[in-house]
Amino acid sequence: MTGIVLAARNVAKSYGQVHALKGVNFDIRRGEVTTLFGENGAGKSTLMKILSGVIQPSSGEIVLDGQPARFANAAEAQARGISIIHQELSLAPNLSVRDNIFMGREIMTPFGVDYAEEERQVRLLMTELEEDIDPQTPVEDLRLGQQQIVEIARALSVDSRILIMDEPTSALSASEVEVLFKVIRDLKARGVSIVYISHHLEEALTITDHAVVLRDGVMTASAPRDRIDLEWIVRNMVGENYDLGSPPKTTPGDVALSIRGLSVPDATGQDLVRGLDLDIRAGEIVCIYGLMGAGRTELLETVAGRLRASGGQIVLDGQEVSHLSIADRIARGLALVPEDRQRDGLVQTMSVGQNLSLASIARFTRGFFTDTRAERALIEDSIRRVTVKTSGGEAAIGSLSGGNQQKVVIGKILATQPRVIMLDEPSRGIDIGAKAEVFRLLAEGARQGLAVLYSTSEVSECLSIAHRIIVMHKGRISAEFDSSVSKEKIMAASGESVAA
Amino acid sequence: MSASTTNPASPKRRSLNLTRILLEGRAFFALIAIIAVFSSLSPNYFTVANFLIMSSQVAIFGILSIGMLLVILNGGIDLSVGSILALSGVVAGAMMQGVELDALGVILYPPVWAVVVLTLCVGAAVGAVNGVLVAIFKVPPFVATLGVMYVARGIALLMTNGLTYNNLRGREELGNTGFAWLGFNRLWGIPISVIVLASIAIVAGLMLSRSAFGRWLYASGGNERAAELSGVPVKRVKITVYVVSGMLSAVAGLVLASQLTSAGPTAGMTYELTAIAAVVIGGAALTGGRGTVRGTMLGAFVIGFLSAGLVIIGVSSYWQTVFTGAVIVLAVLMNSLQYGGPRKG
Ligand SMILES: Nc1ncnc2c1ncn2[C@@H]1O[C@H](COP(=O)(O)OP(=O)(O)OP(=O)(O)O)[C@@H](O)[C@H]1O
Ligand SMILES: [Mg+2]
Repeated sequence: MTGIVLAARNVAKSYGQVHALKGVNFDIRRGEVTTLFGENGAGKSTLMKILSGVIQPSSGEIVLDGQPARFANAAEAQARGISIIHQELSLAPNLSVRDNIFMGREIMTPFGVDYAEEERQVRLLMTELEEDIDPQTPVEDLRLGQQQIVEIARALSVDSRILIMDEPTSALSASEVEVLFKVIRDLKARGVSIVYISHHLEEALTITDHAVVLRDGVMTASAPRDRIDLEWIVRNMVGENYDLGSPPKTTPGDVALSIRGLSVPDATGQDLVRGLDLDIRAGEIVCIYGLMGAGRTELLETVAGRLRASGGQIVLDGQEVSHLSIADRIARGLALVPEDRQRDGLVQTMSVGQNLSLASIARFTRGFFTDTRAERALIEDSIRRVTVKTSGGEAAIGSLSGGNQQKVVIGKILATQPRVIMLDEPSRGIDIGAKAEVFRLLAEGARQGLAVLYSTSEVSECLSIAHRIIVMHKGRISAEFDSSVSKEKIMAASGESVAA
Repeated sequence: MSASTTNPASPKRRSLNLTRILLEGRAFFALIAIIAVFSSLSPNYFTVANFLIMSSQVAIFGILSIGMLLVILNGGIDLSVGSILALSGVVAGAMMQGVELDALGVILYPPVWAVVVLTLCVGAAVGAVNGVLVAIFKVPPFVATLGVMYVARGIALLMTNGLTYNNLRGREELGNTGFAWLGFNRLWGIPISVIVLASIAIVAGLMLSRSAFGRWLYASGGNERAAELSGVPVKRVKITVYVVSGMLSAVAGLVLASQLTSAGPTAGMTYELTAIAAVVIGGAALTGGRGTVRGTMLGAFVIGFLSAGLVIIGVSSYWQTVFTGAVIVLAVLMNSLQYGGPRKG
């Protein structure tokens, strides 16, 4: 029997003149997975933060087990059995995995914190999530995907009856998502109610029991699983159907970026990238597919100049660039859209506009001074190009929804007018319309001779954008395909068990 | 639908922002309040002559706090400014007294301009030590500049044996007069030190708001990793701010030595704290990335005018210390209201 455990009744939320939610009714059903779909900035995260006590609604009420309820803060909601996995990671980077998971809920003995017991529980959680993460590791040493796992583990450790997941899988690979879904099914069987938000529509469809669509702060549709499909979601989300299409027809030119025998060590001297060779031609879009830990991020960060290689060459347009600084590489047209937008992409103290123009300051500096008008033109152009939903360039970066922040990071790098662009999981958190837009921009660039190196853990992205698909496994290229390959082949080459 | 985007110029929003304006303009309103209160308490306070005197005292802190602002914007701190000030004064004093070249058996009296240039170089060099320690060797700024603070003070003491160089006016026959110009002369009735402060403030303000370097500084103070990946030369920026801070400390040292026509190794004790206070009262965030020259200048004047006012109405110096402390705490309290605390909106 399904009843409604938690509901929002006519909930509205405004930030000054920005109406994030305009009177939304939303039900969470007992023991079911309710998925919430919507464009970037539709109000999904805002609604979830209200239901979990993180922020207060401007009007409307929350109903818990049929009774009106008020949560003054997240701790109060947690005490009533509601926990949330936030879209933006909320871990303390200097603390260990264990301490993060039990932060604020330490297991106490009369003599202090019972670290052994905490550690035991963390290990249990990690076994359940089929991850090999040591409880003692500081979180800052973990890859983004692993941090997301820790965030999930923390929410699971609470034993709540309502679990809200705001894009929990944006940095996970397909097999990890499988594991998470198994966990979600177990939770469901135990009667836990779940809200699941994702821009991976197909993926979300496999787990949903009931789908709800938000659009511009209003609920536009709600239906049980058996009455929905992909097309229904997209139609209600954006009002039209997007086709991510197939790779653009371009004529590859000369080799733009050539990587020869590149090796990248980690802190302990072990190689994360081992003697890798790769050529990318102008006008070519190359996708790198691989699991977490395959060395994709390390490869891209080394080419961008952030990490030091232990050997090998990076040649841009026939010139060795290994010794150049990041700034010089950007000036020569080699730029990276980093994976972790909070840590590597955005400056939180600066406005949307200043973030967008940060990597191209030279383009609007005349002598000693920056040209304010030229800068504003560049910012407005970028906002339009990557379709950032914002009240303007002066808005604080933190006032944007997660997906719109991601668009700012992409827009910033596109504004540098690169000749070789590298993107590390750029579709993290952006909606299907924006993804189509990014793909269109890349395709258009490629037609004009831009070389694109696109790293992703979503096979379908590879197939709809790449001319060539490289699979990385344990720091090496394990296979190379053209765009006519099947999903299964790609996944098999990455060392992933083909589950779906 | 575009209903969720806003028109920033709508009048309703302006009135909603009144509290914000009060919060952001707090240093300005504090300054007005201080001037109003002391003017009503003492007839001597609100006079042009007094304002000029007070301003020339503020100049010293003001110059230091501009350097401090740059360092704090970068997410660092510079505890060595007071010591660099003393060291620079002593170096200048030593040169004014004549540099004995044993090998040649002559005493050299460099002209004042050379003294000034060499002193600035000393300040910049000590700042560069700070910068290299912090940027290249990754020593936390607090520790690096704390160490340099002791070392610089120690060198100043060693150079003078703890004594003070007096009478730095120079002598006509040696061709090195003019040192007192900085501290005593006036241009259009305004003390030179105030003009120096104003020029530095204008240059720094333009640099922060309108130059690429300024943008680099705000970015690397806000998020160094992101700035670096966007092509900001974060190490160069970091070293530069410490060098500039050191150089401005030397300027302050010269101004002070000139005002006093003497230079002692114990000058400028705890001035670094006053400079930090001015920056914080001016609304900068100690975590980096936020702050303006305008705010910092207001902060410096708040501190300067407050303590001068207390002196004029005859409050004991012990109470002055208490008041200054209270103002600082109040300012930081408002900082956390502005940047953190309850969510806005
Ligand atoms: N603190 C804030 N100040 C001002 N506006 C805000 C704030 N937080 C959110 N908003 C605005 O509210 C709207 C909804 O944001 P929300 O984060 O809920 O979107 P979302 O549906 O989660 O999008 P995404 O898919 O990108 O995560 C956006 O237009 C956003 O700009
Ligand atoms: Mg969101």
